[in-house]
Amino acid sequence: MLVHSRTGRWATWIVFFALFLPLFALPLLVIVAASFSTHWSGAFPSGPTTEHYGAAVRGESLEALTTSLITALTASVLALAVGTWAALAAAALRRRGKRVVDALFMLPVAVPSVVVGLAVLVAFSKPPMLLNGTRWIVILAHGVLVTAFAYQSVSAAVTRLDPAYEQAAASLGARPWLVLWRVKLPLLLPSLNAAAGLCFALSMGELSATMMLYPPDWMPLPVRIFTATDRGSLFTGSAVAVVLMGTTLLVLLAVSRIRTRASYR
Amino acid sequence: MASASADSRPAGADETARPSGKRRTTGEPAAPQESVAQRPAAAPGPAAPGSISPRPAPQVPTAPKRRAGRSGSLTRLLWTLPPIAVLGLVFLYPLYLVVEQSFHPDEGGTSLAPYREVFASEAFREALWTTVWIAVGATVGCLILGFVLALIIAFVPFPGGKAVAKFIDVFLSFPSFLITLALLFIYGTVGMANGVWTDATGAASGPFDFLTTPWGVLLAEITYFTPFVMRPLLAAFSGLDTAQLEAASSLGARPARIIRQVILPEALPALAAGGSLVLVMCLNEFGIVLFTGAKGVTTLPMLVYSEAILESDYPAACVVAVVNIAISVSLFGLYRVVVARTGRGATSTLSKGASRVGA
Repeated sequence: MLVHSRTGRWATWIVFFALFLPLFALPLLVIVAASFSTHWSGAFPSGPTTEHYGAAVRGESLEALTTSLITALTASVLALAVGTWAALAAAALRRRGKRVVDALFMLPVAVPSVVVGLAVLVAFSKPPMLLNGTRWIVILAHGVLVTAFAYQSVSAAVTRLDPAYEQAAASLGARPWLVLWRVKLPLLLPSLNAAAGLCFALSMGELSATMMLYPPDWMPLPVRIFTATDRGSLFTGSAVAVVLMGTTLLVLLAVSRIRTRASYR
Repeated sequence: MASASADSRPAGADETARPSGKRRTTGEPAAPQESVAQRPAAAPGPAAPGSISPRPAPQVPTAPKRRAGRSGSLTRLLWTLPPIAVLGLVFLYPLYLVVEQSFHPDEGGTSLAPYREVFASEAFREALWTTVWIAVGATVGCLILGFVLALIIAFVPFPGGKAVAKFIDVFLSFPSFLITLALLFIYGTVGMANGVWTDATGAASGPFDFLTTPWGVLLAEITYFTPFVMRPLLAAFSGLDTAQLEAASSLGARPARIIRQVILPEALPALAAGGSLVLVMCLNEFGIVLFTGAKGVTTLPMLVYSEAILESDYPAACVVAVVNIAISVSLFGLYRVVVARTGRGATSTLSKGASRVGA
């Protein structure tokens, strides 16, 4: 307790909410409010309607939603597979080797995602690996962007594993494969789960690399929101944005439920 | 958010987990070993024929592995190659192609011409300057605001403080461009703030018209990135012994002095780590600038996009990309050094950044 007087404390709290509410709570509220209205030319929105949601879950927008879901799911699975393998392999290396692998797998975080998009575009537009114009180029770019996070969270969990478990298993004659499958991976399950949620949320909201790459028949939700607002239909855009936020939250909630069950086992 | 609870745990857990883990193995060895022992004991029966056979055990378990020496470490090195090969194919090689293309002007040949052209252009120099000053400004803003807010949550606790921390986690899992979209409704020409103004004064139009200027981008970035400073700070504050604060205040120190002499030194590593991460993310921010839709605000990532997609001038786009990579990778390296130096919260801070960088 830093402030002891009652009035002082109230003053501090008022300062806190005067900063916090308009900066952080208001933007989200405003998007939700806008998605239910037809006009906004005054202090408050007017013309309540649910029409935008009708548009947001039909036709182009519904397609964008499934596109985003498939992209995020595929990219997360790929990223988790590569990231977990790399993290497990790196943990077995000596210090120097682990540092190199760490640096390599963290590099996609440091490189701007627009540049990741450009790089993938430049590399996969030529015959040997021609992916440009297909959905796979978007999924690939998302995979690259989220692999770093999968690697990072699994790697942190691996270093926290108590080596006693695998040593005990190994000393009882379990082969490395068995130790990995029956001891290490089950112990890592909670953090794999968290990493999956993180990757999914990131991929759902990814805009910059996607803007560089998306083919006309594979347009994820964030791009859809951009095209809607760019054409001036801000309210439809808000409704689609609410759908995006809701879907992300639902998936995160589901993932964290699975996690609690996994960690209690 | 999913990452949230998992990430905030390690920061504190790092210090506590190790001793307790050790205690467990020495103090009460029976419990954990038994549970593991049962599994492998049961396993060879059903598991041996199917799941193990694909690869005939390359090496012997842990203790002998160390003695295995060179061949053991070679095997371990080989196991890291497949994921690195994948990364090389889909990321490192494409990155190399970008650098290569930046030296190949459209007319053919290898030269520095694209660099000379881009560096000479007014648009590039302006974009570079805009990017840097917005990023630095946003970082300073985030640090101040994040420090104040985290300080109040941690040391002047109020009912609902937990909910606020949770809300911040949720906030982090949303893409950045939503903030710009929201600001359009709040400060846009017909938005809330101007609406209140015209209703109150009867004027024809409100005074708020900064959204399409760099200030709009700055406001959006401060809003969006402040939570990335708050998370590591809250983790650092939760490790601070409140007895220190009580002692200082019982000795007559005023809050300002306690903040300066007790809390600030404790918070510096978290501030440095959070600040440098936010700086990198601001330099790379694209969604906010794109949604602002302002012709007057062009940052480096925006320039990459417009050169490549709108003008199809790939060599120029690659040059800008190389400059952008150079700036942000060196800053990110600096961030890693800062985190490694200070140690604490290293893992957690980064995942916090995690939820951001994608958008």
